[in-house]
Amino acid sequence: MKVPILRLNRDVLIVPIHADVTDEDVLMFQTDLTEGLARNEARGVVIDVSALDVVDSFMARVLNDTARMLGLMGARVVICGVQPPVALTLVEMGRNLSTIATAFNLELALERLTGLMAQDESLAAQGRERDAAH
Amino acid sequence: MTRRISVQTQADVIRARLAARDLAIQLGLGPMDQTRIATAVSELGRNALQYGGGGACIIRDESDERAVRIEIEVVDEGPGIADIEKAMRDGYSSNGGLSEGLPGSKRLADAFDLESRTGEGTCVRIGFVRRRWSLR
Repeated sequence: MKVPILRLNRDVLIVPIHADVTDEDVLMFQTDLTEGLARNEARGVVIDVSALDVVDSFMARVLNDTARMLGLMGARVVICGVQPPVALTLVEMGRNLSTIATAFNLELALERLTGLMAQDESLAAQGRERDAAH
Repeated sequence: MTRRISVQTQADVIRARLAARDLAIQLGLGPMDQTRIATAVSELGRNALQYGGGGACIIRDESDERAVRIEIEVVDEGPGIADIEKAMRDGYSSNGGLSEGLPGSKRLADAFDLESRTGEGTCVRIGFVRRRWSLR
């Protein structure tokens, strides 16, 4: 089953990953998401992993890679809903999602994302002011 | 009790993972242990499929009155692992950086044993032991 990519508004995509996702689905989701981001010119993505009862090293790697790809394209990414036993196994295996912003649930993820995007905006505005002053 | 799940597709890996979790639940293990076991099976099942061309996952309940014991064997008849020491090292992979499963599953399990013969295949055995008194 394909991982759905939902468009919340002009700027934000939400990606809920389902429990029985296969490796193939996950790799397809990586491609779909980078293409979807470019097509929609979205600035932020929330990846919701709350349905995942297992995140193994492959899934952890794909999540990390995907977040880095989206970051390179100029978007902010927040992962939300990492279940307690999943966090525990990732740490025990020596894996992490440390380079990615995370949040407890979807609501807090959207709050976090809004904050990150506002930061980008104010930096851009400062840059424009500086350019105008010169 | 023994369950044998053939691992020929990615859906089979998920089936094996769920079967292992089901047994852990049946035997009274908590969510943390259920997830450790399911994750280890997921790692080894993927390896058997990806590097061994498919195989099987055998899940055994070896519990006695003192402890819950789950033993899991994942076998394939693939090319085998030429350099086991290297394969057990974190970050090593023979095709494109996706095989981190061996060291990961070893860390999750209480016992870990790997046998591999070049040209004949690989067998990984992992074990989980929980004393009954530690389970409520």
